[in-house]
Amino acid sequence: MTLLQAYDISFRRGDRAVVSGASLTLARGRVIGLIGPNGAGKSTFMRMLAGLLAPDCGQITLLGHDMNRITPIIRARQLAFVPQQGELPPPMPVRTMVGLGRLPHGQVNGHAVHHPAVAGALTATGLLELSARPATDLSGGERARMNLARALATDTPVILADEPIAALDPAHALSMMQLFRQQAGQGKGIVIVLHDLVLATRFCDELVLMDNGAVIRHGPATQVLDDDIMRTVYGVTARRVDGAVLPWALCR
Amino acid sequence: MKPARSNLLLNIMLLAAVAGLSGASLMWGETRIMAVHALADLLAGRHTAGAIIVGQLRLPRMLLAIMVGGTLGLSGAVLQGYLRNPLADPGILGVSGGAALGAVSVFYTGLMQVSVAALPLGGLTGALCAAVVLMGLVGRGGTLVLLLAGAALSSLAAALTALVLNLVPSPYASFEIMHWLMGSLTDRTFAHVWICLPGVVCGTLLMLSAGRVLDALTLGEDVAESLGFRLHGMRGVQTRIVLGAALAVGSCVAVAGAIGFVGLVVPHLLRPLTGYQPSKLLVPSFLGGSLLLLGADMMVRLVTVGTELQLGVLTALVGAPFFLARVIMLKRGVS
Repeated sequence: MTLLQAYDISFRRGDRAVVSGASLTLARGRVIGLIGPNGAGKSTFMRMLAGLLAPDCGQITLLGHDMNRITPIIRARQLAFVPQQGELPPPMPVRTMVGLGRLPHGQVNGHAVHHPAVAGALTATGLLELSARPATDLSGGERARMNLARALATDTPVILADEPIAALDPAHALSMMQLFRQQAGQGKGIVIVLHDLVLATRFCDELVLMDNGAVIRHGPATQVLDDDIMRTVYGVTARRVDGAVLPWALCR
Repeated sequence: MKPARSNLLLNIMLLAAVAGLSGASLMWGETRIMAVHALADLLAGRHTAGAIIVGQLRLPRMLLAIMVGGTLGLSGAVLQGYLRNPLADPGILGVSGGAALGAVSVFYTGLMQVSVAALPLGGLTGALCAAVVLMGLVGRGGTLVLLLAGAALSSLAAALTALVLNLVPSPYASFEIMHWLMGSLTDRTFAHVWICLPGVVCGTLLMLSAGRVLDALTLGEDVAESLGFRLHGMRGVQTRIVLGAALAVGSCVAVAGAIGFVGLVVPHLLRPLTGYQPSKLLVPSFLGGSLLLLGADMMVRLVTVGTELQLGVLTALVGAPFFLARVIMLKRGVS
């Protein structure tokens, strides 16, 4: 079943085409990795998929409904967005921060933090023991898990995550990708912006490669990533490791 | 104790303190009267000295202290939450400056002689004009545009106020203006309460309705929008917050002058007691602001020697050392 679909969407900032003619189809139980070099238009594409930015042309459908025609609150009940790690959270308890994920369902404070979805999200992300701790006391890896837990607490069929593992060490990055995979196993559809091509190859069912605002390839990792793409898009030569490609040296 | 219960307890304690100080504010003054008897006379419509003192002087002063202090505390909490900047205060929007300019213009033109309501009405007109200009400037812009527009408007209003002060022909009028700008609740009547009330009620309701969005904004603007909140544009939360704060603060400055530091200090003091959750800070900030201004107004009456100390001067005298203490504590914490 198709959860999220983008048809030929474009977005211009002034004279510059940031995204041009990009398409994507996300089905239930699938993890799509959105990859490409810095400035390729991945985050802008992601913000359009999340309904935070309206495309200049093209169409996005969420569970078969035109994204432009659904209200923000209905969209929020179907699609959760995990941003890049940015500003520090306030020193609110982790459980309260995760409980904010229940806002689209009209649940606040006491009702929200005691909702089973919040306990489930804390358990799934391994944060149950830290739930009373102020969010400011968390490490970077724990904070990334808290952001994901907040998205899980909303209990949406679609999760979009923009570089959720960008600032994490290998162990935390691996654990986050396992969490996304587990959620896909429970029937959710997930799109993740990634720079780590090895993890993208290992954990994503499909990769969508963007360059200069356009989707230039999509499909299984083995079809998307090859030596030619690594050289022309990323400007690196690659080494192959168990079916994955590892950026190895800068092209001269 | 559960957070919801501790927040309820905090609100009850603050409410009880406001009620206690309100009672004391009615009893306290130059003339010793039995407030209970005076209130009974007032309610029965008897024109005794006590009833006149309470009904025409102390009751409007007490009500204005609650309304003005509460509005300043609440708008400080809302703006700090919305801008995610603990240094934001109600003056940041430039509407206070607009109200001050409106009131000062009334002094300059001599319209004060026409009616006792001319001064607050002038202030209210100035505040509303500033709010309309602010809304027009901000449009669909975000928080940065709001901050810049507020700063520009504040600077313009301050420059025009200085111009009026410069041009005013009489040194006595100049003194009157300076005195008014310092902020006070002395000699305010029920006319001031009625002028202030609609803006305070509408503005307070608009600001209180923003609690859930302020919570969502702790996760950043993108996440708040992804949680279903419309932030910008005419139907957005920013419009609701700016309009609410402008209406309420403008109305208060129009009747009481510029009273600083309440909007800055009160949310700072109460934030740790509310678990740092912006929505839980709103009602306590209103009550805390009322409490602070009621206390400050009583203090003003207490320390009077000859000339009554202006309320805005006292709040600034208390507020500035508080911030110095915060800086020292912060430095110690860091080192």
